[in-house]
Amino acid sequence: MSKLETAGDEGDTGDEGDAGGIGGTGEVPADVRALIGVEQYPEEGDFPVERGYIWTSCASVENGNPLFWDDDVAAELTEGPIAPPSMLSVWFRPHHWAPARTADHLPLKVHFDLKERFGLPEAVMTDNTIVFYEPVRPGDRIHTRQVLRSVSEEKTTRLGTGRFWVIDVEYANQSDLIVGVESYTGFGYRRSGSGS
Amino acid sequence: MTTEPLLIFGEIAEGDRLPTLGYDVTATTVVLGALATRDWRPMHHDKDFAVNRNGTRDIFLNTPNQAAWFERYITDWTGPHGRLGRVTFRMKGSVFPGDTMSFDAVVDGVGVDETGCGWVDVDVTLSVDGDVKTTCQAHVAIPVDPSDNPWARRGDRWKP
Repeated sequence: MSKLETAGDEGDTGDEGDAGGIGGTGEVPADVRALIGVEQYPEEGDFPVERGYIWTSCASVENGNPLFWDDDVAAELTEGPIAPPSMLSVWFRPHHWAPARTADHLPLKVHFDLKERFGLPEAVMTDNTIVFYEPVRPGDRIHTRQVLRSVSEEKTTRLGTGRFWVIDVEYANQSDLIVGVESYTGFGYRRSGSGS
Repeated sequence: MTTEPLLIFGEIAEGDRLPTLGYDVTATTVVLGALATRDWRPMHHDKDFAVNRNGTRDIFLNTPNQAAWFERYITDWTGPHGRLGRVTFRMKGSVFPGDTMSFDAVVDGVGVDETGCGWVDVDVTLSVDGDVKTTCQAHVAIPVDPSDNPWARRGDRWKP
């Protein structure tokens, strides 16, 4: 499952972000509280940022921004070629196959850890915010880590009963400069009427 | 040769509407978008899987590629000087081959931060037949004058 598994990717699962939620039971256990703010699952990208993929992305949406196609404009405005900011997470998705690949890719592992920890079989991503910092450039080696920011008490929405959580995925380049931070709000839940 | 900004901060006011972008989605659009984002999940290229396993009516546009569409839509308006600072997506429904996507946006805030950077907030919607599929709130830096370049901002001078 991609790290950008979302409500939209799972079909019309409801606009639970607006649901707000009612009630408020089930305090956050100490072992989960202890993970808040802790950097987890550091990962190195499989390959450096490359221009070919930048052009593939631009072609897929017919993006003619000269920053990505005209080296003179890129030299003038961005001190050389950069990647479209929206490609941030692309640099972390592996190729479909690689020789002797052994390590598992762990996109948004913290999200799945929380589902398991709380025994919540269903989950949707309600919001996805990306903040962009240092531009990503061809040749960059990007690394990432996941940080749990918050976990709510138990809440009941139209989808069911569960918890909201916010996870940051931080991306940094080879100089350890932050290039971007993605924040995901997830809602792990049990459908109304189903047993725990 | 100097590239002139396409859009200057002072030319933008709250309530301004961006030009609509319409695009007819085909299976190629969806598959190309999935591969361009290295998203190999079958519901974005295999109709049989999408229909029989996911229960959707067809393959559908993946979220990372929608992000690329939103960026293209916004920077078509700002020109190359426009620099995305922050985007928030909310997914409400799926986009399928045969749909005509419509991107529309309204400016819902303008301001200059303490570093002198000009910021514009735009609310963008991706809709199909008037049905909103995805919303994107974008916080975009725009040159405050023809000599300004938001891309030159680093460190403490870039507060997205």
